[in-house]
Amino acid sequence: MKIGVLALQGAVREHVRQLEAAGATAVTVKHAKEFADLDGLVIPGGESTTISKLMREYQLTEPVLEMHRAGKPVFGTCAGLIMIAKQIDGQEDAHLGLMDVSVKRNAFGRQRESFEVEIPVKKVADDFQAVFIRAPYIEKAGEGVDVLAEVDGKIVAAQQGTLLGVAFHPELTEDIRFHAYFVELVRQSLAVSVR
Amino acid sequence: MSEARKTGTDRVKRGMAEMQKGGVIMDVVNAEQAKIAEQAGAVAVMALERVPSDIRAAGGVARMADPRVIEEVMNAVSIPVMAKARIGHFVEARLLESMGVDYIDESEVLTPADDMFHIDKSRFTVPFVCGARDLGEALRRIGEGASMIRTKGEPGTGNIVEAVRHMRKMQAQINQVKSMSRDELMAEAKKLGAPYELLLQVHETGKLPVVNFAAGGVATPADAALMMHLGSDGVFVGSGIFKSENPEKFARAIVQATIHYEDFALIAEVSKNLGTAMPGIEISKLRAEDRMQERGW
Repeated sequence: MKIGVLALQGAVREHVRQLEAAGATAVTVKHAKEFADLDGLVIPGGESTTISKLMREYQLTEPVLEMHRAGKPVFGTCAGLIMIAKQIDGQEDAHLGLMDVSVKRNAFGRQRESFEVEIPVKKVADDFQAVFIRAPYIEKAGEGVDVLAEVDGKIVAAQQGTLLGVAFHPELTEDIRFHAYFVELVRQSLAVSVR
Repeated sequence: MSEARKTGTDRVKRGMAEMQKGGVIMDVVNAEQAKIAEQAGAVAVMALERVPSDIRAAGGVARMADPRVIEEVMNAVSIPVMAKARIGHFVEARLLESMGVDYIDESEVLTPADDMFHIDKSRFTVPFVCGARDLGEALRRIGEGASMIRTKGEPGTGNIVEAVRHMRKMQAQINQVKSMSRDELMAEAKKLGAPYELLLQVHETGKLPVVNFAAGGVATPADAALMMHLGSDGVFVGSGIFKSENPEKFARAIVQATIHYEDFALIAEVSKNLGTAMPGIEISKLRAEDRMQERGW
């Protein structure tokens, strides 16, 4: 199993470390040709404005859409969640537009309002230390979206089929349970495609 | 739930810098420049009243920027906004924090306010970045609570040599500390003037406990890529962009060179027809009192 981490900018190393700790082979990808043989993709935290601009510039949008169409799981954290959302508050266009959610950017405030908190995450852990950095949240989730976690009534983690979107940074702690959950999703998707 | 929330933890402050990795942070002096920087793909902007080369030219005392300039920049962009406070000037830092600035640079580019002590950065909710020339200086700043380090280089010169020297020295010292036996560490901590516990961490992990960017003299896309090859996590560009002939193109080129620092054909391509880079200054022509890197203790 080979999982790619989009390596344009942001917390790339940390995702690679976590995925490998969870038993997957992780590689960094930043060219369109590197996506074809991946079984899953992580879009990391970073600056969403920067990442989206560079994805368009290097024509990486289509390879990700192609992965999604092929049933390969995609995991977006923080900026990555903004990248996969179908709607972004205050913006006309979405980026990849995969997941049926509407997100609000920098929704918890500026850096001084950034925080960490222990929360339960459905299907993942009862006690997950979630680190929020200038984080977004999900304002509205469509019918097929399974809400995994909330903070003060705001959705901060969700799943829709093979898509996993998280407003916080599971790569900034040593806790690999979220990544293990994603690796399991990838494993299941492989089993399905073999059949 | 909200009572369990913790703001300003090391993880939250250092994590913010982690999100900037692989990116370029650009100096800007107004909203218009900030928008150009954001459009070009900057991961953050540093709001200033004057870029370092102008500070150098103007002479006199350089202070924190007019809060109105910073506010204007904050309102213009959605990427994080950083601003500089003078070394030791914790009131300037508190003002910046109260305004909601995302990161404070306790910077040698401004005239130091305290010739003995730096700001106790651990008491702030907002994270700090500080300049360093070697491992000891970096660990002293981290000991005071800095959540991000950058090389000092020699700001406003357009000359990369000092940034290279500082980055190479830091990397060489990290490698040395990593390969030492544990019983040598206390003497090394004394020699470097570094907190022992932090040195022990460097010994165990083989890296700084925080993100380390390059700064102070980056003037071309190739300069940015060079610093990435030397182990920088990202790049600050001060005077380089808006002192060049075509800032928009220049900014985009530096962003691309930083991300694809191993792709020399691409860097060559983006370096074409950029116009003149900022005028440079030979370091040996600087008078000792004009060397900003000597500021900080």
